[in-house]
Amino acid sequence: MKTYRRPMAGWWKRNPYYLWYMLREASCVFITVYALILLWGLMRLTQGEWRFEDWLESLATPKSIAFHAAALPFVLYHAWTWFKVMPKTLPYSRTPAGVIVASGITASVLCSAALFVAVWWFGLWSLP
Amino acid sequence: MKRSNKPVFWALFGAGGMLSALIGPMLVFITGIAVPLDLLSRETMRYERVLALAQNGFGKLAIVAVISLFLFHGCHRMYHCLHDFGIHVGAGLKAAFHGFAAAGTLAAAYLLFLIG
Repeated sequence: MKTYRRPMAGWWKRNPYYLWYMLREASCVFITVYALILLWGLMRLTQGEWRFEDWLESLATPKSIAFHAAALPFVLYHAWTWFKVMPKTLPYSRTPAGVIVASGITASVLCSAALFVAVWWFGLWSLP
Repeated sequence: MKRSNKPVFWALFGAGGMLSALIGPMLVFITGIAVPLDLLSRETMRYERVLALAQNGFGKLAIVAVISLFLFHGCHRMYHCLHDFGIHVGAGLKAAFHGFAAAGTLAAAYLLFLIG
């Protein structure tokens, strides 16, 4: 038996709210590709210095810079929405929604700042 | 009743979503933009340095967590996206997406093991 299925084509273009939803969902493509780029780099790392340097070079190509520059706003938007919906994923929490969202965003800013400083220091260590 | 595997994949999706919300933008900026463009010294990601990170226990954990959880998060959301586009996602396609993330995790773990 064949049942009626509502046509799905282009539904997300009909309302700006749906469009923003789709933009958030699109972040998953960037996050997946980014993870694969890192995995590729890890493989290059096991193959020795020259192979790894090749990978670093490939990161500096215009294509790669363009990809990461495009990925950045999507991942940022993902982070923003992630904390915005957090109160809904914690329905039994007595903490007011605004406090949960604000704590999440604060945590993200602090973690990112800590990561940046750590990487910066790590980069300053002199190597033998 | 057969136990659902949903909570497992939901937890991995959530963990990846949380990790990428906390440090994702900064990681993309550092490895994809700042270091390649020499805004942060290229020295930061020199071979010896990244090797030292990958040979350190905590470093290994960080690397495998980022790669694995980002993959599980991304693949899980991608498979839900197909549903949004009206493509019916059966058990096979679902297994393919989660299997892909699992394969990436195993690959990362194996490579980190090789590095010693």
